[in-house]
Amino acid sequence: MPDDLINSFLNAPDEKGRFGDFGGRFVSETLMPLILSLEAEYDRAKTDESFWAEMDHLWKHYVGRPSPLYRADRLTEHLGGARIYLKRDELNHTGAHKINNVLGQILLARRMGKERIIAETGAGQHGVATATVCAKFGLKCVVYMGAHDVERQKPNVFRMRLLGAEVVPVTSGRGTLKDAMNDALRDWVTNVRDTFYCIGTVAGPHPYPAMVRDFQSVIGKEVRWQLAEQEGEGRLPDTVIAAIGGGSNAMGLFHPFLDDRSVRIIGVEAGGKGVDDKMEHCASLTGGRPGVLHGNRTYLLQDDDGQILEGFSISAGLDYPGIGPEHAWLHDTKRAEYVSITDREALDAFKLSCALEGIIPALEPSHALAHVMKIAPDLPSDHIIVMNMCGRGDKDIFAVAEHLGVDL
Amino acid sequence: MARIADTFARLRSKGRKAFVSYIMAGDPDRERSLEVLRGLPGAGVDIIELGLPFTDPMADGPTIQAAGQRALGGGMTLEATLGMVRAFREENDETPIVLMGYYNPIYSRGVERFLAEAKEAGVDGLIVVDLPPEEDDELCIPALKAGIDFIRLATPTTDDARLPRVLENTSGFVYYVSITGITGSAVPKPSDVAPEVARIKAATDLPVIVGFGIRDPESARGISEIADGAVVGSAIVSKLAEGGPIEELLAYVRSLADGVHSG
Ligand SMILES: Cc1ncc(COP(=O)(O)O)c(C=O)c1O
Repeated sequence: MPDDLINSFLNAPDEKGRFGDFGGRFVSETLMPLILSLEAEYDRAKTDESFWAEMDHLWKHYVGRPSPLYRADRLTEHLGGARIYLKRDELNHTGAHKINNVLGQILLARRMGKERIIAETGAGQHGVATATVCAKFGLKCVVYMGAHDVERQKPNVFRMRLLGAEVVPVTSGRGTLKDAMNDALRDWVTNVRDTFYCIGTVAGPHPYPAMVRDFQSVIGKEVRWQLAEQEGEGRLPDTVIAAIGGGSNAMGLFHPFLDDRSVRIIGVEAGGKGVDDKMEHCASLTGGRPGVLHGNRTYLLQDDDGQILEGFSISAGLDYPGIGPEHAWLHDTKRAEYVSITDREALDAFKLSCALEGIIPALEPSHALAHVMKIAPDLPSDHIIVMNMCGRGDKDIFAVAEHLGVDL
Repeated sequence: MARIADTFARLRSKGRKAFVSYIMAGDPDRERSLEVLRGLPGAGVDIIELGLPFTDPMADGPTIQAAGQRALGGGMTLEATLGMVRAFREENDETPIVLMGYYNPIYSRGVERFLAEAKEAGVDGLIVVDLPPEEDDELCIPALKAGIDFIRLATPTTDDARLPRVLENTSGFVYYVSITGITGSAVPKPSDVAPEVARIKAATDLPVIVGFGIRDPESARGISEIADGAVVGSAIVSKLAEGGPIEELLAYVRSLADGVHSG
């Protein structure tokens, strides 16, 4: 359905968990009863003021929300066009947006009486956030991480272990995020009665995509009032931009603006070595087609036979062959635009952010920044761009050093 | 036509339980896979589950994951799997074949096209792990319309309230997954499984077959004593992976079949 026939983008998903044709509940029967009870529990929590009061309290005192909305003057000046704001979710406890969602899911797990938490992680940020909140609440935590990612994100592996989590390196497939998710699902099927699966992005079976989005929407909601505070009552961003692995930080920024048609929405996928037929990228929307994986229908990197292809990116957090189903829908309805950025462009943006703003960004938001660098110069100075600086780069310095040929 | 129903009718008239065996199409390579497939009925297999290889088999343990990798590594595809069924049907028109796998390769081919091709090739039923009743419109209903059975998994987490939903559009037989887990895990205890099978049988006239974790003639017999049959998958697949002569594999399959048929 084209954009102009849709009354509101805020009503999705429907009761079957569909965003248009995307989403759904494509899981084995063993998990289905649990997924239905999770949905019921979340429906109750959603309208329970005490649940949100507890979230707000933890967001404020444990995570450090609201995160600042920072006007990046030197970047703005350097690019010579649009006015650029950075939403500083990299300042959250644990260094990324991931904890916004983890807190919500762990509170739900507690309501459901689950004492064992499992998670998948790519860059390790979701794993660290999950291990952190589990430590805080005294829950057992097992994190599945692709063996390849264990290697390239060593500091985060150590962090998780310090926090008391068990990190399981996954060797199936190419040992990246998709394979970690498969093994997490296998664990869940086996331990379904006492285990809660804390998914790190807006993917998986319904209700995960909607639930994770709701928890991350705190980002966009804060941007609304923070921008009004700095730019005047009612002033909305003209463009919002975020990087996309599975798409949770992006959905969190985008969702509160979906019905404000004046706001241009841009999602940035990882273009790896370039989006061409060599498939050395993870741009599911730009280079994939619809399919079913990990519980939902969405755009996937796959071959002609419907076999899933491995993604490729310098950034472990973007290295996923799929994308959240809501993004697939926003893409097809043209409410949002999706572009891709190569490893090289992301590295340039990484360096620019360090040099001009004194912010060492994670490689994931470096992709978003690289797109800001492309479009800002051609926009007028009263055009406001808000970009989600969703993670800090501490975890990435080793990988970046290697790419820059520096021996640490 | 109705090979699955005919098979159960024939077994029932002989007072016998069904032996269902699983192999992965294209494992270890296309040639040997077809040879094994052709040998299964002679080794006492009543119903064949033929695995559709998929890169991301989320409900499978290491054994079947590895089998899928071998098959895909050898260039196995959905089309070639249907080709195997066609080749099998040239000499066997009785033994039912149930394709077992995940939805994406089927969705990617197009549901209508796939069903027409599968029917024509001689496929009798489908088990698609990641399609619960909530997604029946996707493939289950179209398959039933196309005359292909849609066999559903019932599990230890399928409670009484949910069971009717699971049975609603099921046909052929019901596959009771004896454990919460992935393929190739723990051996189920018949005494734990018996009440579950009885519970399902009270709710349906379809035969109830039990699988997951059965790996030797004794456990096969134990399970078939309390159900309408038993499925063996990972144990056969890992034997195949050892790489011995096919006659040896089929002799092993025969020992499992004897276990079930004595139950
Ligand atoms: C900093 C950061 N940004 C983005 C992502 C990608 O996830 P998502 O697209 O769900 O925000 C990750 C994942 O690990 C991350 O660590």
